[in-house]
Amino acid sequence: MVKSGDAVLRGQLIGEAQGPISANVHSPVNGEVAGVYSIRLLSGALAEVVEIAPHAEQDWDSFVRIDAAEDVSETLRMGGIVGLGGAAFPSSVKLHSSHGKPIHTVIVNGCECEPYLTCDDRVMREWPERVVAGARILGAATGAKRVVIALENDKPEACEALLRHSRPDVEIVVLQARYPQGAEKQLIYSIIGEEVPHGRLPASVGVLVHNVGTAAAITDAVQLRKPLVERVVTVTGHVGEPANFLALIGTPISHLLAEAGGFTAEVSRIIAGGPMTGTAVANLDLPVVKGTSGLVALTNADLPPAVHADQPCIRCSRCVTACPMRLQPYAIGIHANRSDWEGIQRFVPLSCIECGCCETVCPTRRPLIQLIRRAKQVLMSKGVEA
Amino acid sequence: MRADPGSRTWRLASSPHVADTVSCSRIMLIVLAALLPVTVWAVVNMGMLAVGLLIACVVSAVGSEALWNWIARKPHTIMDGSALLTGLLLALTLPPRTPLWIAVVGGIVSICLGKMIFGGLGWNLFNPALVGKAFVAISWTGVLSEQVVPGGWYRGIDVSAPTGHDAITGATRLAIAAADKAAAGAYGFDTTQHYVPLLFRNLEGSLGEISAALLILGGFVLIATRIIDWRIPAGYIGTAAVLSWTFGADPVFHVLAGGLLLGAFFMATDYVTSPMTKIGRFLFGCGCGLINIVARLYGPGPEATTWAILFMNGLVPLIDRLTAPRVFGWRKRNG
Repeated sequence: MVKSGDAVLRGQLIGEAQGPISANVHSPVNGEVAGVYSIRLLSGALAEVVEIAPHAEQDWDSFVRIDAAEDVSETLRMGGIVGLGGAAFPSSVKLHSSHGKPIHTVIVNGCECEPYLTCDDRVMREWPERVVAGARILGAATGAKRVVIALENDKPEACEALLRHSRPDVEIVVLQARYPQGAEKQLIYSIIGEEVPHGRLPASVGVLVHNVGTAAAITDAVQLRKPLVERVVTVTGHVGEPANFLALIGTPISHLLAEAGGFTAEVSRIIAGGPMTGTAVANLDLPVVKGTSGLVALTNADLPPAVHADQPCIRCSRCVTACPMRLQPYAIGIHANRSDWEGIQRFVPLSCIECGCCETVCPTRRPLIQLIRRAKQVLMSKGVEA
Repeated sequence: MRADPGSRTWRLASSPHVADTVSCSRIMLIVLAALLPVTVWAVVNMGMLAVGLLIACVVSAVGSEALWNWIARKPHTIMDGSALLTGLLLALTLPPRTPLWIAVVGGIVSICLGKMIFGGLGWNLFNPALVGKAFVAISWTGVLSEQVVPGGWYRGIDVSAPTGHDAITGATRLAIAAADKAAAGAYGFDTTQHYVPLLFRNLEGSLGEISAALLILGGFVLIATRIIDWRIPAGYIGTAAVLSWTFGADPVFHVLAGGLLLGAFFMATDYVTSPMTKIGRFLFGCGCGLINIVARLYGPGPEATTWAILFMNGLVPLIDRLTAPRVFGWRKRNG
C-alpha cells in the first residue's frame, strides 16, 4: 500500500487485511517510509513490514480517522482492532463468530493472562471509563443480556476504579487470582459455569470474551474513530524501572527495554509475552506487535534447568493435578516421545491450551509442552478432530 | 537507544520459562528424611545388626544400578536417589538378624528385576523394594522367620507365647495373633497390651517395625510437604481398620502391627507404582488395605503387606484407565 519514501500520517492505513483472520495495520506516527521488506516477527512468522522513520515532531493527539461505519464490526475491521490479550485475533471476526447463535453474555477479561504482566491491571486503573464503555459497546453490538467485567482479587485498585465508572448494566465480577484464570475457557467456566465443548468457540455457549485493553481500543475506535496504533506493554524483570508503557505498535523491543532503564543484571533471556506462554526473543530489533503484552528480562538464575525428553517420567501425577483442562500431560508426553499417534488420541492432546502448568511442576523437567505441541501438529496434519 | 550494545548470547527456549523448585532428587531427599527417625531408632535399638543390613541393602541396590547402567552403556542414574531409597526401604522390611548375603540378594533383585529390567526409573510396574522383599521371602522363608523371635532378637519383651501352636517357630506377635485368631476364633493374648511397644519400641519384627509412631510421623511429614497424596494411606489404613474390626479383630493392633504402616505411608505411595488420578489413588489404597487384612487374617503365611501392595501395583494401569478424568469440554472420560 505504501512504498519507500512515501510520507505517512499517524493513523493512516499502511497494510490491509488479506485473509479472513487478518487485520489492517496503521502507521502509529507521522513520518516517512524507510523501507518495505519481509522479516521474521516474534512469532517466527515471515511477514512483510513497513519501516517508518518518524518525524522529530509528533502530534500525539491527532490521527487519521477511520471511515464512519454503521455497524461496530465494520468499524473494528477498518480500525485493525485485534485481541490485545496476546492472541491478537481480529475483534470484528470474533463478533461474527457466533454464526447466528445468540450471545447472552459478554465477558471483558481483566484477569491478566500471565504472571509478571500487569498491563491489564494498568489499563483498568488508568482507563476504567473506556473499559466500561467498550464493554457496553460490545454488549449492545451482540445483544447480550449480561455484560461482565471480570478481574482477579489481587487487583483492588482496578476494581475500585471500575466500580467508580461502572454503569448499572455492567457487572464487575472479582475472581480468585489463579493462573490460568484469564484463559478464555477457564474464565467462561468461572463466570457462567459452563464448559466450552472441545473444538468449539465460546459463542457455542453464548459467550463472547474480549480483553480489557481490547475493550478500551474498541471504545476509541467507535467513539473517536481511532485505529489501533498503540497498546500497553509491561516491561519487567531485571530492568532499571519495571513499568507499563503505552507503546506504539512497531516500537523496537530494544527501545522499550532502554526506556525501562536498561538491564540491571546479566540478562540471558527476554520473553515477549509472559513467562508461561511467551516467546524467547532472539533479536531485540524486532518490533512490538499488537499481541505483545509484555517484555520480561530474566537472568540464568531465574531460568529453570533445561528440559530434556530423555528424562524419565516418575508418574508423580503433579502434571495431572496441575492441568486446568484435566488432561493427562504425562501420558501425552510418553506417547509423543514414541511417535505413537494412534495411542495418543485417547488422551485428546488437541484440548491442550498450552498454559505451561504441567511442565512448570514437572520434577524431572520433561519437555511436556513441546511434546504436546508436536502431538497437536501431527494430529492436525492428519486431520484428527478429537 | 540500544539497551544492550554488546554481543550477548541469548538462551532461547520455548515456553514455559519458569519452573517450580521441586526436583526429583529433592523429592527423594525428603522421603529419605522422613524415614530417618525410624531408621535411626532401629539402629539405636538393634545396633550393628541394623547398620549391617542397611549398608548391605543400600550398597547392593545402588551398586547394581550403577553396574547395570555401565554394562548397558546407559547414562548414570544413581544420583537421582531412587536406588538409595529402594535399598533403605528394603532394609526396613527385613528382620535384624537376616544374613547379610540374603540382604544383598534382595538389593540386587530389587533393582535389577524390580526396576532396571523394565527400563529404569518410571517404567517399573511393581514397587522395587517389595519385589526384592518378596523374592527373599519366598526363597528363604524359613531363614527369614527364624530371625524373628518372640521377645525380641536379643532380650525379652514379655509376650506370653500361645499354647498349642508348636508349628509356629519364632513368629512375631502379629503372626501369633493371626494364628490364634484363625485356630480358635480369639486372640491368645490381650492385644491392647501391645499398643505401647508397637508404637514406640518393638523388637520383634523387621527394622521398620521398631516404632509405629515414627512411621506415622514420617508419613505426616510427607503428606504435609505434599510429597505423597493422603488418599493412599487414608484409604489403606482406613480400610484395614474397618475391615479388621468387621472381622472381629482388634483394628488398632492390626494397623500398628507388622509392615502395614511402612507399606501404607512409604511403599504404596511410591509414585511410579501408584495411580495417577486422585480417585484412583484412594481406590488403590482401599484395595491395599483390603488385601492386606484378608491375607493377614486368613492367608497362609506372613508378608501380607508385601503381597497386598504388589497385587495392587499390578492393577494400577487398569485403575488409571477406569478413573481417567473427563477432559474439560468433553462428555466422556478421556484416557
